[in-house]
Amino acid sequence: MPAVSFKDVARRYGDVVALSGVDLDVQAGEFFGLLGPNGAGKTTLISILAGLVRAHRGTVSVMGHDVVSDYRKARRLLGVVPQELVFDPFFTVRETLRFQAGYFGIVDADDWIDEILAHLDLTSKADANMRTLSGGMKRRVLVGQALVHRPPVIVLDEPTAGVDVELRQSLWAFIRRLNREGHTVMLTTHYLEEAEALCGRIAMMKSGRIVALDTKQNLLSRFAGLTVRLSAQRLPQRWYERVLRQEEGLFVLGLPSHADLEALLADLRGEAIAIEDLSLAETDLEQVFLRIMHDDRAAFGIA
Amino acid sequence: MRVALGTGWKTLLHKELLRFWKVSFQTIAAPVLTSLLYLLIFSHVLAAHVAVFDGKVAYTAFLVPGLVMMSVLQNAFANSSSSVIQSKITGSLIFVLLPPLSPFEFFAAYVVGAMVRGLVVGFGVFAVTLWFAPSLLDMPHPLWALAFALAGSGILGTLGLIAGIAADKFDQLAAFQNFIIVPLTFLSGVFYSIHSLPPFWQAASHLNPFFYMIDGFRYGFFGLSDTSPWLSLAIVCAFAIALTALTLALLARGWKLRT
Repeated sequence: MPAVSFKDVARRYGDVVALSGVDLDVQAGEFFGLLGPNGAGKTTLISILAGLVRAHRGTVSVMGHDVVSDYRKARRLLGVVPQELVFDPFFTVRETLRFQAGYFGIVDADDWIDEILAHLDLTSKADANMRTLSGGMKRRVLVGQALVHRPPVIVLDEPTAGVDVELRQSLWAFIRRLNREGHTVMLTTHYLEEAEALCGRIAMMKSGRIVALDTKQNLLSRFAGLTVRLSAQRLPQRWYERVLRQEEGLFVLGLPSHADLEALLADLRGEAIAIEDLSLAETDLEQVFLRIMHDDRAAFGIA
Repeated sequence: MRVALGTGWKTLLHKELLRFWKVSFQTIAAPVLTSLLYLLIFSHVLAAHVAVFDGKVAYTAFLVPGLVMMSVLQNAFANSSSSVIQSKITGSLIFVLLPPLSPFEFFAAYVVGAMVRGLVVGFGVFAVTLWFAPSLLDMPHPLWALAFALAGSGILGTLGLIAGIAADKFDQLAAFQNFIIVPLTFLSGVFYSIHSLPPFWQAASHLNPFFYMIDGFRYGFFGLSDTSPWLSLAIVCAFAIALTALTLALLARGWKLRT
């Protein structure tokens, strides 16, 4: 039984299609990444899973429990770290965590709360009012709130936005430990290097659809090739279709092989275009992401 | 980790109580002072001019239960409505939407929290105004007064919950409060007996559900009322049941909470 299962999930907001028939299974114990640009539908998908938004079509279940008809069991199995940095200004960190445990029906959460506070480096702030915390600390309290009922499935919607590098590392060490102990983790993020370091399997979303779904290794090997960063005034016309990203005077091109690099250099010479700088890079998840987002027609890895 | 039935709603109720208790100067002391001012001013200006219940009851004594009940009602409404709108606007409402709380648990926690706030303020108003009308301690029917205080605070707590969920901004909630709740309480016979009104306004007052709450509550203090306390109780209970059913249906649909 999958830990999380989406079947033909669709959702509109007025005329805007947020999700158009998403099918996705996340297996128990996975560290799963959900990537995509803003507006791809990631947060809508997570919100439907969490019961905050209703799907117009399709079903979603957590460990076999439907999130609408069997919401009590589904929600007890799920811990969600929301994207927005929200907090209740009336309460302290410890009160916030105690209340959250209580909402899930737990009566003796104090030991676990102490453990969470220690892992999230919040012990010294346990009795501080939420208002007095920095953004990074508030973010960690949100993570604590999601874990307070020891959910087997943890969903993190861009949890490291605004968190500094050091804290990000300690946060991930903690989440990784939870994953090793058997928790299923589903993560959406903008930091592709983060997904590359943590996730075993990755789905990429675009315009409400899943356009790639595979293990990290398969995604990387499928897009094996060269990524060329080239500084020049312009490119020979036929090479523009290879451009993945373009900034002022900098072109990032995806090339299938070294032979294409030869051809590119020859064309540049032929048109007397000066190369100001040039570097080559191994394919990483960012390049895969850029290529998939670049190719409208692609539907990679979808059965 | 031990999970106990009923812990969810009890925790949410505890949170609701702690929320207003932490700012009790504003949520309890301030409305008590306001009511005391009403009493001082109105009783000073009107005591010599207004005869109520054919002169059987002094105006100041008449005014106290009205002010107590008005405080109960307004504060019950204020508690649930401000709690919901604040957590909606700050986004912290998500913390009670993610857990497995049923619509009834959600409803019961917010409404009971509002009732407690209303009753605490009402008791505070009674305590500070009693000095002006000590005879009120000899209540002929205290259970009647209690029944109306519970039903009235429950109704206003429920209305506050609906208003808090419905409003997207503070000014929409303020409009609901200023244009519906305040006029209905002020025109319900807090400051006067409706028998002193012209026939048309007497009839109109009978359409105001708040009138029955105040009149029934006052019956507990004097054994006298503008209309039968049984009729008032029936109307108030029917209103409470209908409103509860409506609110539970809205919560079950996730109206404005789960889009």
